[in-house]
Amino acid sequence: MRTLFASPILRFVGRRLLYSLVVLAGVLVLAFALVHLVPGDPVRIALGTRYTPEAYQALRSASGLDRPLVQQFFSYAGSALTGDLGVSFRNGDPVTATLLERLPATVSLAIVGILIALLIALPAGIWSALHRGRISDGIIRVTSQFGVSIPDFWMAILLIGLFASTLGWLPTSGYRPLLTDPGGWLRHVILPGLTVGLVAAAIMTRYVRTAVLEVASAAHVRTARSKGLAPAVVTSRHIVRNALVPVLTITGIQLATILGGVIVVEVVFAWPGLGRLVYNAVAARDYPLIQGAVLLIATLFLLINLIVDVLYAVVDPRIRLS
Amino acid sequence: MTDMPSGDNLRVSSWRLLLANPLTLASGVVLIAVAIAAGTARWIAPSGINDVDVPNALQPPSGAHWFGTDELGRDILSRVLVAMQASLQVSVVSVAFAVVVGVTVGVVAGYRGGWADIVFMRVVDVMFAFPVLLLALAIVAILGPGMTTTMLAIGIVFTPIFARVARASTLSVRTEPYVAVSRTMGTGHGFILSRHVLPNIAGPLIVQTSLSLAFAILSEAALSFLGLGIQPPHPSLGRMIFDSQGFVTLAWWMAVFPGAAIVVIVLAFNLLGDGLRDVLDPKQRTLAEARRNR
Repeated sequence: MRTLFASPILRFVGRRLLYSLVVLAGVLVLAFALVHLVPGDPVRIALGTRYTPEAYQALRSASGLDRPLVQQFFSYAGSALTGDLGVSFRNGDPVTATLLERLPATVSLAIVGILIALLIALPAGIWSALHRGRISDGIIRVTSQFGVSIPDFWMAILLIGLFASTLGWLPTSGYRPLLTDPGGWLRHVILPGLTVGLVAAAIMTRYVRTAVLEVASAAHVRTARSKGLAPAVVTSRHIVRNALVPVLTITGIQLATILGGVIVVEVVFAWPGLGRLVYNAVAARDYPLIQGAVLLIATLFLLINLIVDVLYAVVDPRIRLS
Repeated sequence: MTDMPSGDNLRVSSWRLLLANPLTLASGVVLIAVAIAAGTARWIAPSGINDVDVPNALQPPSGAHWFGTDELGRDILSRVLVAMQASLQVSVVSVAFAVVVGVTVGVVAGYRGGWADIVFMRVVDVMFAFPVLLLALAIVAILGPGMTTTMLAIGIVFTPIFARVARASTLSVRTEPYVAVSRTMGTGHGFILSRHVLPNIAGPLIVQTSLSLAFAILSEAALSFLGLGIQPPHPSLGRMIFDSQGFVTLAWWMAVFPGAAIVVIVLAFNLLGDGLRDVLDPKQRTLAEARRNR
């Protein structure tokens, strides 16, 4: 056992895991507090015009809001840890099942988006860094700065206007499941994937460029050059390979950001994922659904960050030893 | 003539360096022009923001309507100008909130250390576990949509980043010899914080403010696009883009001009932030000076 924890990588993983659990506990408290921070009575607000004294009592009792606060928290935390996130205020459906039903659509969109972003950002960022100060570097930097400044929903509408409404090449919105209709899924995922991917590519290009520039000025690269290695070998084996380590971090962060941040894109493209679900839940004041979605997305966010940190420590010994 | 103190010299050379960067200079000019146009929108707008003129609906850009008209015949230029004012107002107020709260938390955590640092930074970590728009949406879900809620939501969302930047900078400043000397001389914490810490952590905070203003504009536009930000009849750039969805092929100007207004403001804040970083970050400053002297 002692030998196991003597390993620096396992100690690092243990520390990171503990940290993630502490943050997750905080997330749980915040998600629980959400419904109690609503000014007024959340059940009354959620019922709106459907209010009757009977419906009010039934929903209040079903959601456990008639019990003491501390009891409510431990009941909520205990249920959440076993995967029970309560029932929707709107239709009484179990929140966990609703969230899991929407998760694949968001994950598939996020993966397509991150792949498009990597396909653009890796070559653009590496080229820009290796041609620093040239016209092509300037064009790539200005383009990526421009991309960071474009609202994703505006880009989505312009892409729909061009590729769907004017040229008629792709559908304006909608979704087909990947497993039952892969062709239909591909046609429907291109425009939202492109919207998500182009914005992420703009951010990632800047990180790739910076990472390559930092490695290119490192001592081991100077040594490799002074040994007389061919420039192509120095670039591929010594610069790009090492620069990919920090790129891994930003890819993970971007993936996590996309998973929780595609709300507007999903609304524009009527993509039935978590983002659109959150939006509809906010509009309907469906607090258990909002709580569940917030908890799930924050957990995914923490999990991806944890995986990225561990991978980073595996490939870069300086991190785990620091 | 006596030599200027070194602090003034640094300030003058910082300004020179900042103004020598054409992109930074252009961004500054654009932002001043946008601020003036937005500030005087009520007077310079050619029409009222809700002047309905159905016979002239969906008119393309012309001498009478520079940015064209929308589906109700309202002048898009007038609505863009007034919406820009609201956007700037929301972003400035929300970022000011984030700066005040975030810097206070970060400086206290970094300067005092101990339990204050642990508690404040764990709260910040929890807030960082939420994607920006999700957290803003959760706050809107609690308080209901509207301009004040939007300001508060964006302000809360951006607070953690200022807390982290302020804490990191304070940690490095508090170990500086001049702070230690000041402390041994019996100087009070308030004086040390205001005289030594805050001026020396201002650089990264100024850069972060510029970049956050850009993201705040984008966040406000996204919330308004979803119908959860600025509410009608007041125009907002995000909602104007939402309303243009049904007219993409019929009236491209309905989407293009409000979107272009957002891009111009956000791009200008981003470029200004980059320019400021070049001057205020010592590592980047050396590079910028080398480029200038080349």
